[in-house]
Amino acid sequence: MTKTITDVICPFCGTLCDDVEVVVSDDGKQLLEVYNACVIGTEKFLHSQSKDRVTRPRMHQPDGTWKEISYDEAAEYSAQMLAKAKKPLMFGWSSTNCEAQSVGNEIAEITRACCDNTAATCHGTSLIAIQDIGLPSCTLGEIKNRADRVIFWGCNPAHAHPRHMSRYSIFPRGFFTSKGQMSRKMIVVDPRVTDTAKMADVHLQVEQGMDYELLDALRVAFKGEWLPDVVAGIPKEKIREVADMMKSGRFGIIFFGMGVTQSLGKNHNIDAAIAVTKDLNEYTKFSIMPMRGHYNVTGSGEVFGWQFGFPYAVDLTRGFARYNPGDTSTIDLLVRGEVDAMFTIGSDPGAHFPISAVKQFAHIPSVCVDPHLTPTTGVSKLHVPVAFNGVEVGGNCYRMDNVPIDCRKVVEPPEGMLTDEQFLIKVRDRVRQLKGVA
Amino acid sequence: MATIQVNLISGRSIQQGVAIEGGKEKPAYRTAAGIIELDPSDLKKLGAWKNTNVRVTSDYGNVVVKAVETTQGPHPGLAFIPMGPWANSIIDPNTYSTGMPTFKGVPVKIDVAINEPILLGIELVQKLCGVK
Amino acid sequence: MSEYIIKNGNVFDPVQGIRGDKADVAIKDGKIVDKVGSGAKVIDAKGKTVMAGAVEIHAHIAGPKINMGRIYRPEDKLFTCTPTKGIERMGGGASIPTTFKTGYEYAKMGYTTAMEAAMPPLFSRHVHEEIRDTPIIDEGAYPVFGNNWFVLEYLKNQEIENTAAYCAWLLRVTKGYAIKLVNPGGTEAWAWGLNCLSVNDPVPYFDITPAEIIKGLIEANEYLGLPHSMHIHPNNLGNPGCYETTLDTLRLAEGYKAKNKFGREQVMHLTHSQFHSYGGTNWGDFESKAKEITDYVNKNKNITIDTGNVTLDETTTMTADGPFEHHLTGLNHLKWANIDVEVETGSGVVPYIYSPSISVCAIQWAIGLEIALMMKDPMRCYITTDHPNAGPFTRYPRVIKWLMSAKAREAQINAFKHKDKVLSQTSIGTLDREISLYELAQMTRAGPAKSLGLSGMCGGLKPGMDADIAVYNFNPDKPVANPEDIEKAFTRCAHVFKCGVEVITNGELISNGNKRTLWVNAKVKDNPQVMRDINEKFLKYYSMTQANYEALGHHFVPNPYALEVDATQV
Repeated sequence: MTKTITDVICPFCGTLCDDVEVVVSDDGKQLLEVYNACVIGTEKFLHSQSKDRVTRPRMHQPDGTWKEISYDEAAEYSAQMLAKAKKPLMFGWSSTNCEAQSVGNEIAEITRACCDNTAATCHGTSLIAIQDIGLPSCTLGEIKNRADRVIFWGCNPAHAHPRHMSRYSIFPRGFFTSKGQMSRKMIVVDPRVTDTAKMADVHLQVEQGMDYELLDALRVAFKGEWLPDVVAGIPKEKIREVADMMKSGRFGIIFFGMGVTQSLGKNHNIDAAIAVTKDLNEYTKFSIMPMRGHYNVTGSGEVFGWQFGFPYAVDLTRGFARYNPGDTSTIDLLVRGEVDAMFTIGSDPGAHFPISAVKQFAHIPSVCVDPHLTPTTGVSKLHVPVAFNGVEVGGNCYRMDNVPIDCRKVVEPPEGMLTDEQFLIKVRDRVRQLKGVA
Repeated sequence: MATIQVNLISGRSIQQGVAIEGGKEKPAYRTAAGIIELDPSDLKKLGAWKNTNVRVTSDYGNVVVKAVETTQGPHPGLAFIPMGPWANSIIDPNTYSTGMPTFKGVPVKIDVAINEPILLGIELVQKLCGVK
Repeated sequence: MSEYIIKNGNVFDPVQGIRGDKADVAIKDGKIVDKVGSGAKVIDAKGKTVMAGAVEIHAHIAGPKINMGRIYRPEDKLFTCTPTKGIERMGGGASIPTTFKTGYEYAKMGYTTAMEAAMPPLFSRHVHEEIRDTPIIDEGAYPVFGNNWFVLEYLKNQEIENTAAYCAWLLRVTKGYAIKLVNPGGTEAWAWGLNCLSVNDPVPYFDITPAEIIKGLIEANEYLGLPHSMHIHPNNLGNPGCYETTLDTLRLAEGYKAKNKFGREQVMHLTHSQFHSYGGTNWGDFESKAKEITDYVNKNKNITIDTGNVTLDETTTMTADGPFEHHLTGLNHLKWANIDVEVETGSGVVPYIYSPSISVCAIQWAIGLEIALMMKDPMRCYITTDHPNAGPFTRYPRVIKWLMSAKAREAQINAFKHKDKVLSQTSIGTLDREISLYELAQMTRAGPAKSLGLSGMCGGLKPGMDADIAVYNFNPDKPVANPEDIEKAFTRCAHVFKCGVEVITNGELISNGNKRTLWVNAKVKDNPQVMRDINEKFLKYYSMTQANYEALGHHFVPNPYALEVDATQV
């Protein structure tokens, strides 16, 4: 007999779908089928079941082989490394739960580490912009119930957040949007004709890197002022048409992604997008929301926020929390060669950082806590595999609109495997002894 | 065969998403992310067939990937490598004091490299870092 | 558990009517007791003031909008960081301190209980995670109801029983403490960029008025017999002339009588009254209507209020009154955050600088103090700063100084750039009342505890109550040489006990105590219709499934304390 578990939360992207159903074996040890999730989410649940999974910590040997060690030995290595380092970096946190993040923050506080999450390479610049100019936003249910203008700017949910459009933004029928997709105008701004752009009522194929100019042109168009014939590759008639479409809605939303955060201009692009949103609130109701990537990158920012006061790039080396992107941010710390120990958890900087930053942490003491084999584990001194968060252990996570949802455990992890939180508690307790704190 | 200059961006693709969850040590990851998506007109200028190995070079490094025809075009003059170690071998690490590297908008040149191998993800990073 | 005896202090306890008499306070097993054995640890309080731990009735200290404030205001941390020190975690922030710092600061000032004033139900887990990380003080949180679709729909049809059943359900699943209203109807209107500025403005689509929502929720609150009353931030906050809307709101409580087993007497708590006591037609002829508001409240015993004192600081405003924050960013052009919450509520955040050089800010300062000084019954008027809206809670000692010393008020008035305007638009200059320590204990301890339905538990020093005790370095037998001494004394306690555990000694943290989350478990008759409606709303209109909505488990509420209410026999 098998069991079906409903209302399961998918631990992949910031959409944090909570309507997934999984079928597990009677003994609760095997996950057999996954329903309602997108292809990526399905793969995530099913891959946890793979037979070739690493289930014990391993030390990287000079000849490239790996030597299996116990979790206690792994905790000892991690604690010694962090306690000895002058400027350890604890990076990641976006694919683990808030409970683990809290324990990690205690360790960081005791060892005076720099701590950062994957906003470093996704919405860090959005956070800078929000600190400049604010963020008029809403929850995703508001969009489902009210939105009649939906703009995807520099993001491609068809690929990156596959169920976003069907659950929240384009297709659902909500309280004031009973005609679903027919109640909405969809605008996509992207230099490519993405699979999202192909669905849009209007696609503005902006010249790559010219988002700031186009956003500014929209602000001019709202006020009916003079525009050049072409801005960022878009004819002014088209800009005015889109400006009118935005103004004429009853409730609009701009979703934005890496297209604006990672292109030149960076936080200034987001400043302009938020200013566009603010302007539109003079005419109608408009909101704006970053399309957060990892399923709990938002949660990491929240936990950092209430414990240290800053959402990412937090430097505790002076015994109190400092924040100064460009100075205390991970990529810059690494590229400047300031970090002397690297602790990675719930992220894969080896694959997702520029190679010049990866080279820096490949040659210092390093620990990578990750259920998978990744480029980061491949260049780390110690790999600590753990239970899959959201599959083999529950815990709180925050959706892209900051709504907290408690993930569910659906199967048992392989015999003897620890969770992120359990491993971190071992490290914390040992670090406390080493540093002589209560 | 010729060298072409294009503007490179990187980012998520659903195939890349599935592949990272399926295991970054697997060849499927390379198939999904060890590619460069080019506009047909750029492939033509390059003088390469679809699915040819090419070397992509920027001011920050070079990497061998498979040139494929884009499915999300047309976007002449713009090239796309899914996020991952292949793209990150050549993207611009400058953050301009924002903390954020310049993952999008990197000028690159592309040459055909038909006989050069495309490394697996973990292998590529280990090699570039000089780690076994 | 240890036994203590606090000896020879000057005790102020309105619960027992003790007005500064020299007395001993004994502690055993977390409670105040008549006497303890000879082995009890002695705390010498000679020449010091002894009161119960203070009770915060309204502050924004945990949850999504507070954290939005922290995250988007790195500048709030400048020069306000506190390093790790022994068992004290590092902290930072002035107007929106980190959770650890929030707990320490309250405790060091002698506060032992605090209420988070606006919990968006969809975000209850977030609120509880922050409460968990705020050490020492007991905390509860008020879920907001005034713009909730269930409430709007039930009350449109006058369905009090269904409203009550829904409220009881929501309090249980969110682990909430009381029924809170913020700009009733107005925040729902704000979802379309509109507002309700009077109690009679219809809510778009829902076809109900704020007045009907307010009356309906008073009735639902009394139907359930909850510990606290309906707690309201009325419509039209912060605008010149808003006092008329406030009076209209207060009048809605006429004829209602409190029904509960907790000793609470009011049916409506008007919060941050200062923001609702403005006359005039614009910022130029802006004036105080504190007298009109307090006259009304003085006459009507079924209302309690808190002040919302402006402290003349740079701060961060935040409220579930979404349209107000949009209005404010239009006035000061500082960064605006907004969070509309599906089916339930909304909120906004804008930094604000209460400059003593701006006449409006100075008048606001005066109004907050006038309210406290004009209220005849200190048991019905509590000191707040609507933290962080009118100022940070860490300024309570300064507010106390202004209330206890006419000289301190005069010095501040003389320091204002627009002194004449303050004197002409308010009557602060004519008030010579000085709040006594006994009255202070009423306004910060016994009063708020009674209003919250906690009078059997905290806010007093009667044997049997929780041993929440604050000892201040303030000798009431000596004349106050300098008003600054008052502020200093109330900033850092000599000793603080929380449930019998000594947590502060000489202003320093010595224990993180054993904080509790207070919530109200109201039982009602089975109500299949409400359960069906809840089910339907989740299927159709929420972005989360019903099964994932409830804040369950140790991680969120590790140490719960439920106040039980039985409304099944109503």
